[in-house]
Amino acid sequence: MKALSKRGWITLLVMVALAILPPFFLWNGQAFYMDLATRLVILAIAGVSLNLLLGYGGMPSFGHAAFLGIGAYAVGIPAYHNTYGGFEIAASYSGVYHIFLAVGLSALFALLTGIICLRTKGVYFIMITMAFAQMIFYLFVSFEIYGGDDGLTIDTRSELPLFNLDEPLQMYMLCYGSLVAAMLIVRMVTRSQFGMVLQGAKDNNERVVTLGYSTFAYRLTAYVISGAMCGYAGALLGNFTTFISPEMMEWTRSGELMFMVILGGAGATIGPVMGAAIFILVEEVFSSFTTYWHLPFGIMLLGIVLFMRTGLLGFLTADRSKTKLKKEER
Amino acid sequence: MDTTLLFIQMLNGFQLGLLLFLVASGLTLVFGILDFVNLAHGSLYMIGAFICASLTYIFGNFLVAMVVALPITALFGYLIERTVVRSLYERDHLDHVLGTFGLILIVDTSAHLFWGPAGLAVPLPVWLDGQVEIFTGVVVPIYRLLIISIGMLVAAGLFWLVNYTRLGMLIRAGASNRTMVSALGIDIQLLFGLVFALGAALAGLAGMLVSPISEASIGMGGEIIITAFVVIIIGGIGSMKGAFIAAIIVGLIDTLGRSFLDDIFKLVMSTEAAENSAPAVSAMLVYILMALVLAFKPEGLFPPKVR
Repeated sequence: MKALSKRGWITLLVMVALAILPPFFLWNGQAFYMDLATRLVILAIAGVSLNLLLGYGGMPSFGHAAFLGIGAYAVGIPAYHNTYGGFEIAASYSGVYHIFLAVGLSALFALLTGIICLRTKGVYFIMITMAFAQMIFYLFVSFEIYGGDDGLTIDTRSELPLFNLDEPLQMYMLCYGSLVAAMLIVRMVTRSQFGMVLQGAKDNNERVVTLGYSTFAYRLTAYVISGAMCGYAGALLGNFTTFISPEMMEWTRSGELMFMVILGGAGATIGPVMGAAIFILVEEVFSSFTTYWHLPFGIMLLGIVLFMRTGLLGFLTADRSKTKLKKEER
Repeated sequence: MDTTLLFIQMLNGFQLGLLLFLVASGLTLVFGILDFVNLAHGSLYMIGAFICASLTYIFGNFLVAMVVALPITALFGYLIERTVVRSLYERDHLDHVLGTFGLILIVDTSAHLFWGPAGLAVPLPVWLDGQVEIFTGVVVPIYRLLIISIGMLVAAGLFWLVNYTRLGMLIRAGASNRTMVSALGIDIQLLFGLVFALGAALAGLAGMLVSPISEASIGMGGEIIITAFVVIIIGGIGSMKGAFIAAIIVGLIDTLGRSFLDDIFKLVMSTEAAENSAPAVSAMLVYILMALVLAFKPEGLFPPKVR
């Protein structure tokens, strides 16, 4: 077993902290921090799923919030019908069914839109993913029965075996476990032959095509995996907040998700987790002393794009003994 | 289907299309020439509306306010180009998107600080506030006709500018080969700044024209920017002609879809099913159109010849 790299140590440190600190806060009577941590971990799962596309596949999806929304409504709509009647085929409180629906519908949406989005690249891809997400946003706004613009309250959380989601600690354990699983899946995928083709296509598509791979199929598969994973995160988010609205899939949300991935460091499994942590912290700190917290947040985002290209992880693991990379190269 | 209503809705759709063109033309101009993706273009639309609204209260006249607000919005765009956008040209498109996303947060929150959370209503002069009967039985608001005339004039002016003036020649030359243009002794930096300011003025003008109808508000930029993106995707990014045709198509489809889709659906399904599904489908119509166009022509309807 070889010694852990710098990045490995950071991963271990972050994950251990996330495992220990929140339960400690809860035990200490600071339930608020537990809530923050749960939101952090759920957003981190969404970030990890986006990173598979952005960091490894070179597919900058600007519509990932749509999957969060689909996942959340996959919990909200069956629960709504089970409480208030109507649409019996779909009505249920069963968590397994909710998750199946969230993952399945997200995967389906990813498949259908992916076929079209992946015909394009670069800036077209960014805009088209964004437009499709906005389409889902307007779709849910137009569903008057599920509250339309005003959103939907989930009266009863999903019923799962082993986990009682009404218990904050158990909710957190499920989210944390899911995050670890998501990170392992992405790690496994990216280290497999599949992942090699994907990363190869990111660097030089023509070369990989010449080797005989259908990069479109590989990219589409990655897109579906990522969408399904993000849909799962959406199901957790719905259960956590118990209030869902189209606002959670607005394009600015997708922008925040992308920001998390870039901020933490794209192309590393732990990057999005750190990005989500910083996002939650910044949001919490800034919004505690001003309602205009988006202003410093925007300045920070712009500053990072202008001056800190590698993300936090790149900043932490940079080898300072070497001469600085030529900045003009980018 | 009632022909009077159809005519009025077509006029509304045309008006929406022209407004979309004003926003999309700046977006496509900036992308075509500067190779820059400006997510914050919607914020310029919003800033235009707010500046015009404030000036309307100062001058007491909407049209005077609009004339004064236009150069101010252009100047605002120019300053943004100088301070932020310029240092992003050499980066990839993803950086443009993220950087201008940050810019949106900054501009929108600053507008929130400056003008407050509530929208700003813009009163129209009395002579513009009425309605006029253009055919027997067809009554339309005068202001809508003004929007359509201004939109058409600006579109014509833009075509003239791009195709028949020296500046337009430089713009087209800059779009196809920017190194060559600067080698010929043209100040490319200045040209870029001017193009960005022109885009800002166009977006601002659209915001100003909308403000008497739906008031100036913080979220207005975010709503229009995605539709403007859809327009330039359908039209072909960088193409002015494509932006115009796509904007009119999108405006018409969106407006007509919202008002007539339930009637059309009733022909093939039960009234209840039609009334339930029509709003959802009409909300998605524009995006479905985009998907269809892309499925057959990923480059859009009128991709620019040289890129």
